[in-house]
Amino acid sequence: MSKIHVNTTVNGDEVDFLCDPRETLLDCLRDKLQLTGSKEGCGTGDCGACSVVLDGRLVCACLVLGVEAEGKTVDTVEGIAKGQDLHPLQEKFIKYAALQCGICTPGILVATKNLLERSPNPTETEVRYWLAGNLCRCTGYDKIIRAIMDTAAEMREAG
Amino acid sequence: MALDDTKTKDFKFVGTRPERPDGVDKVTGRAKFGADMTAPGMLHGAILRSPHAHARILSIDTSKAEALKGVKAVVTRADFSTNPTFGPGLTGEPWNVLENVMAGEKALYDGHAVAAVAATSALIARDALKLIDVTYEVLDHVTDVDKAMAEGAPVIREGAADKSVPAGMHPNVVRYHDSGHGDVEAGFAEADLVLENSFKTEATHQGYIEPHACLGSLGNDGKGELWCTTQGHWYAQKMCAALLGLETSQLRVTASEIGGGFGGKTTVFIEPVALALSRKANKPVKIVMSRSEVFRATGPTASTSMDIKIGMKKDGTITAASGVFRLQGGAFPGAPCEFTAMCAFAPYALENVHQIGYDVMSNRPKQAAYRAPGSPMAAFAVESVIDDLCKELGLDPIDVRLKNASHKGTKASFGPRFDDIGLVETLEAAKAHEHYNTPLKEGQGRGISCGFWFNHGGETAVSLALSEDGTAQISVGTPDIGGSRASMALMAAEELGIPYEHIRCTVADTATLGYNEISHGSRVTYASGLATIKAAKDAVNKLCKRAAQKWGIPEDAVKWEDGCAVPSGANAGDFDPLPLAKITANMGATGGPIVGHFEATPEGAGVSFATHIVDAEVDHETGKTKIVRYTVVQDAGKAIHPTYVEGQFQGGAAQGIGWALNEEYIYGDDGRLQNAGFLDYRIPLASDLPMIDTVIVEVANPGHPYGVRGVGETSICPPLAAIANAVSAAAGVRMRELPMSPPRIVAALKAAQDG
Ligand code: FES
Ligand code: FES
Repeated sequence: MSKIHVNTTVNGDEVDFLCDPRETLLDCLRDKLQLTGSKEGCGTGDCGACSVVLDGRLVCACLVLGVEAEGKTVDTVEGIAKGQDLHPLQEKFIKYAALQCGICTPGILVATKNLLERSPNPTETEVRYWLAGNLCRCTGYDKIIRAIMDTAAEMREAG
Repeated sequence: MALDDTKTKDFKFVGTRPERPDGVDKVTGRAKFGADMTAPGMLHGAILRSPHAHARILSIDTSKAEALKGVKAVVTRADFSTNPTFGPGLTGEPWNVLENVMAGEKALYDGHAVAAVAATSALIARDALKLIDVTYEVLDHVTDVDKAMAEGAPVIREGAADKSVPAGMHPNVVRYHDSGHGDVEAGFAEADLVLENSFKTEATHQGYIEPHACLGSLGNDGKGELWCTTQGHWYAQKMCAALLGLETSQLRVTASEIGGGFGGKTTVFIEPVALALSRKANKPVKIVMSRSEVFRATGPTASTSMDIKIGMKKDGTITAASGVFRLQGGAFPGAPCEFTAMCAFAPYALENVHQIGYDVMSNRPKQAAYRAPGSPMAAFAVESVIDDLCKELGLDPIDVRLKNASHKGTKASFGPRFDDIGLVETLEAAKAHEHYNTPLKEGQGRGISCGFWFNHGGETAVSLALSEDGTAQISVGTPDIGGSRASMALMAAEELGIPYEHIRCTVADTATLGYNEISHGSRVTYASGLATIKAAKDAVNKLCKRAAQKWGIPEDAVKWEDGCAVPSGANAGDFDPLPLAKITANMGATGGPIVGHFEATPEGAGVSFATHIVDAEVDHETGKTKIVRYTVVQDAGKAIHPTYVEGQFQGGAAQGIGWALNEEYIYGDDGRLQNAGFLDYRIPLASDLPMIDTVIVEVANPGHPYGVRGVGETSICPPLAAIANAVSAAAGVRMRELPMSPPRIVAALKAAQDG
């Protein structure tokens, strides 16, 4: 099958790649751009390990075709820290031990950052439902939720 | 095994909560998991799987696939060793693993691998699978444990049973366990109330979010490299070597960061296949499983069918207990029937106890360990009956458990006498907990349960090298599945007396250390921890020796204090403390590198107990349940990094909630798995769960220098039972089958109503 040339912006950088029309955005990020921070836990939109932000909208990269990224902006876990500085969410996840194995972490960070941009003062229930598409098998979510609530509070204070 | 040099108080580093060394890598996406590795010239592998539950493989024609452009190799069973033998202790298991990794004469379950392809892209590899022609003769199948051992059931494999199985049993019954003591019949006769009931649990999957993935490279010189996500890379090395007819030492295996295992990554599936493809194509081959492959072809737990009988006096004393535990572990021997039987009554000091276990084969994937394999199901059955006895006799469930609780010196239901254990302490902490003393709201039910697990030691090797600048690097051989590198560094810091931050712990590859058993049996903090402490002590001895040399005094006149060599007493001489970094700064000139080692098979793992309290609600109309409150109380012996101990408690409880309420392998009449994806196999979501409270009890394990007991597994032993007790109380009917999914609850309510 002939390949399609895709131009897109990932984490602020203009990039391009050739992809088979059957390849997902997740495949393209991981295999063509070597951005392996986004994970494939299911490939069917059920686990959220592949969460990225496409033109401002939180999506499962495994459910988006690579060709759909043409002309759009994609934000992945690799773009969350600014240079050496971790995002407050990243700091709190480490501090709270909101990860055990860490395979769900990139997706959860991407999803949560997107939530806090929309809703800086979420309730615990809102956070839990926002993350209902991000599976974590290790933690029971307790420390994840605590880390997020604390980050949100701190970011609000910092204004 | 009691140790002479134990330390149980005045810790400086142990018990603190520092940040983990791999934290930044894991929150930035930099950490390399199984599927994140590539190699120059790499091919992509894919595996063809049987659509049939049970079928004879008459022929496999791979010619069309081989002819497809981009395909570089196709392998079938013929490309593996014909004689996969091993040393004593594992006799037969390599053959079972090979048979599971690539089917021989028969496909034994839906999803069983029958052939594999390597091609220049993952898409081509997938296309090539469709071009492989397999001719099957479909055979009768069985997937239910009770049916599999009944007369007339299709035989999975003739002659698989071992000597333990009594004559006259169906050939699918392959192992038998029988243990206990006293006279149960006499015990039941003494009881004021005897209850007897049957229970069932469905198979559940470990459900790690990272699918199996590996990258293998093997030349026709028999030398290879393997990168994989695994709980045990030495086991992977040994098993791959056996299955491919290699010398073990010629294959170097590196463990990737691991995205969850819970017991399911304690064996090999795709690793030998990638190596076989690589050998044939003479290129590195990467294989990554899809989620449906993970469900269909990797190990779920055993499913069970159990009969329990318990007698109790009016005052709550248990007079006798007996249980029969039938476990279905897929198309191979190995369902942990003896663990189920041995754990069942372990929390209780019983004069009369008898337990029987059956390991039964069926047309399902080969079961794999899942967190305290076999124990949670037994607790579900036993603790449900105890709950009913308490209700009928009007007794408090914690008081009854305290009355019968095992303690130091109790002859365990499985034979030996317990050493120091913390069951009573967990029960007392639960009883005193605010949760237990908070009244329930209308429509809620509360359940409690105890749970037990053995824990494990196992072969362990650790080395600890000091650097010139006074920092230390630890090499361990146990993959870090939940923050263990932080715990190792804490223990080393405690011994060396240097800050935690100056120590880096790495999971070494198989070429770097002696054999390390798999990260299983809750053994890592116990065994690798013990080995780290001993390796650090070894390094400290060497440091003291250098100081003695420098000071010109005997070695035994130097001791180690707070990171410095100091004279051991007034008679030893008057010297200023010599800090570690001062000694290492010129160690090259004073005798060479300083490295501490420890290699052993520690055997003092120390069993552990937990008590869980759960509040649940049930919607009587829809059968939907909700866990509204959850508290875990567990004995950790000594919590090295309390945050990660809490994490293990919470994770075990959450997995238990899934197992109790939702998760199950659903097979159709055709023997095919109906729900091989996270949409239909529903694990708990953030929106399903409450916060999970934890209480860490510390009753030191005499077998570890700091008193550590493993914590990873015991946390999943009580939840099934505690939740069943809570849900049954809220529903007003006793639930005897897991999962307690909405349809089952509605059916139970209806049956109770129809009475
Ligand atoms: S990999 Fe995309 S949702 Fe699971
Ligand atoms: S930390 Fe392992 S899946 Fe979330």
